[in-house]
Amino acid sequence: MFSEMIRQKAFGISVAIFVLLLLAPSFLSRFYIYFLAVIFVTALLAMSLNLCVGHGMLFQFHHGVFYGVGAYTAGLLLAKTSVPWWVSFLAGPCAAALAGLLIGMFCIRLNRLYFGMLQISLGSLIWAIAFRWYDLTGGDDGIHGIPIPDFIASTRSSYYFVLIVLGICLTLLYLILKSPFGSTLQAIRDNPERCAAVGINVRRHQLKAIVIATFFGGVAGVLFVVVEGSIFPDLLFWVLSLEIFIMCLLGGWFTFAGPILGAAVIVSLRTFVGSYTEYWTLILGVILILLIFFLPDGIMGYNYRQLLRFRTK
Amino acid sequence: MEGGQAITLAALSITFLVGLSRAMILFIVTSGLSFVLGVLRVPNVAHGSLYMIGAFAAYSISALFGGGSIGFWLALIFAPLVVALISLIAERSLFCHLYQREHLMLLLFTFALMLILGDLTKIVWGADYRSIMPPAVLQGSISIFGSPFPRYNLFLLVIGPLVAIGLWLFSTRTKIGKIARAAAVDMEMVGAIGINVSWVFAFAFVLGCLLAGLGGALVSPTISVTIGMDHNIIIEAFLIVTIGGLGNMWGAMVGSLIFGITQSFGVLLLPQFAIVFPYIAVVIVLTLKPTGMLKSVW
Repeated sequence: MFSEMIRQKAFGISVAIFVLLLLAPSFLSRFYIYFLAVIFVTALLAMSLNLCVGHGMLFQFHHGVFYGVGAYTAGLLLAKTSVPWWVSFLAGPCAAALAGLLIGMFCIRLNRLYFGMLQISLGSLIWAIAFRWYDLTGGDDGIHGIPIPDFIASTRSSYYFVLIVLGICLTLLYLILKSPFGSTLQAIRDNPERCAAVGINVRRHQLKAIVIATFFGGVAGVLFVVVEGSIFPDLLFWVLSLEIFIMCLLGGWFTFAGPILGAAVIVSLRTFVGSYTEYWTLILGVILILLIFFLPDGIMGYNYRQLLRFRTK
Repeated sequence: MEGGQAITLAALSITFLVGLSRAMILFIVTSGLSFVLGVLRVPNVAHGSLYMIGAFAAYSISALFGGGSIGFWLALIFAPLVVALISLIAERSLFCHLYQREHLMLLLFTFALMLILGDLTKIVWGADYRSIMPPAVLQGSISIFGSPFPRYNLFLLVIGPLVAIGLWLFSTRTKIGKIARAAAVDMEMVGAIGINVSWVFAFAFVLGCLLAGLGGALVSPTISVTIGMDHNIIIEAFLIVTIGGLGNMWGAMVGSLIFGITQSFGVLLLPQFAIVFPYIAVVIVLTLKPTGMLKSVW
C-alpha cells in the first residue's frame, strides 16, 4: 500500500513536470527550448538502452547504431524520396527494430562481454557502410538541411513534437516494464538459471527486449532528425554508444527514470562546459573519476549493491 | 594470359605481405590489451589513447634528435617508456585504489582515462597531422615477384615475431611472468601465497600499456599521426582480442592475422568498403566459435 502511494506521488510529480515542460517555451529563450529538446531526445535514447542494460542485464554496448539507423532511415527518406513524412517517421523505428532483431539474433547466443563485443563488431559494420557509401549517405559529411515537415519545422513546434513523443514513449516503456513481460525480463536479470528452470524461454525474452529497446532507440533517432535536421556517421559511432551507457550508469540503471537524469547531466555538461572550452571531454573524464571515487552510489544507485549481494557467486 | 596471371599473383602476395605487416602492429598493441584483460579482467578502454600517445611521443623524440636515423631508434626505445611512465602514474595514483571495488568501476575508470588522455594529447600536440621518416636503412622498397614492397613493412614483419617470442619467453620462463600468468588464472590463490597482488596488477597494467606505446611508435612512420587514431584502434583491438580468446597471447596473434589480412585483401577487392571486411570476419568467427579461436583464460 505504501509503495502504491509512492507510485501515485511519482505519477503526480511526472504529470506536474510534463505540464511545466509544456508551458516552458512561453518563458524560455529559443536556445533553451532547443537545449531541452536535445535533452529529451538523448533521454529517450538512454531510456531505451536501459531496458536492455538495467532491466535485462544485457550488455548492449553499441546501442548508438540503432539510434543512427533510425535517424538515417528517416533522414534519407525525407531528403531523397517524396514519401509522406509520416511514412519516413514510422520507417525509422521499424528499420531500427529490424536491425535490432538481426543483430540480436546473432548476439543473443553469447554471454556478457562476448555479446557486447559481437554487437560492437556488427554495429561497426553498419557504421563503416554509412561512413563509406558516399552516394547514398554522404559519407563522413553526412546530410544536412533535411526537409522537415512544416508543422514541426520551427524550434518551438519541434519542441512540442519531441516532448509529446517522449511522453508517449516513456508511458509505453513504463507499461512494458510493469507488464508480465517486463517482470519476466527482470526476473531473468536476477536469476537466469532459475527462470530457465521454470520454463521461461530466456533467449526469446531477451531478444524481445532488444527489439523493443532498438525500436525506441529508432524513435529517438527520428526525433534527432526533427530537432537537428541533419544526419552524420557519428550517430552510429561507438563513442556515442559508450556515452549513452554512461548516462544509464550515472542516473542509476535499476531505476526507471535514472537514465533521464543521466542524459540531462551529460547533455548539460556538453553544452555549457563545451561552450567555455573545447576540451570538454577532459572535464567529463575528471568528473567521471570524481564520481567513481566519491559518489559511487550516485553512479550505480543503491539497488545495484543490493543486487550484487543477492547474486554473489 | 600468362602475364596477367603473374601480375595477379604478385598483387596477391604483396597484398598478403602488407596485411601481414599490418597484423604485426595490431598484434603488438593487442597483446598488451590481452595481457591486461587476462590479469586484471578489465577491458582497458584507454589502451588506444596510450597507443596514440606512443605515436606522438615517437614524433616528438624523433624531432628532438633532428628527425634522422638516430632520432627514430631513440624514439622506438623511449616512446614506449614515456607511455609506460604515464600509465604507471595513472595506476599508482588512482587506478590501484579501485581494485577492491565493483568491476564496472574499473571499466568506467579506463573510459575516463581515455577521455582525459585524448584531450591532453590534443592540448600537448594539437590537432595537426604529423609524420615521421623511417631511418635511411628502412626507406625505399625491395622487389618481391617484381612488385615493390616497402622495406619498413619488412622490418615490421621481423619485429612482430620477435615481440611475440619475447613475450612468450617472458611469461613462461621468468618468475614475474609466471606470477602474472598465475594471477590471470586464480588471483586469490596468488594473494594467499603471499604475493602482493596490487603490484602484480600494476606490473601487468604497465607492461600492457608499454606494448601499446611500442605499437604506436612502430606505426608512426607508416601513417599520419593525428588525433582520433585512438578511437579506431581500440575498437579493432577489442574485436581482435575477442576473436582470439580473451587473455590469450597467441589468440591476439591469430586475431591480428585475421584482421590484418582480411583488411588488406579488402583494399584489393573493394577499396571503398575495405574497412567492412575485417568486421565480417569477426562476425563469422564469433558465429562459429563464440568464445574465440583459442582458449580464453576467463
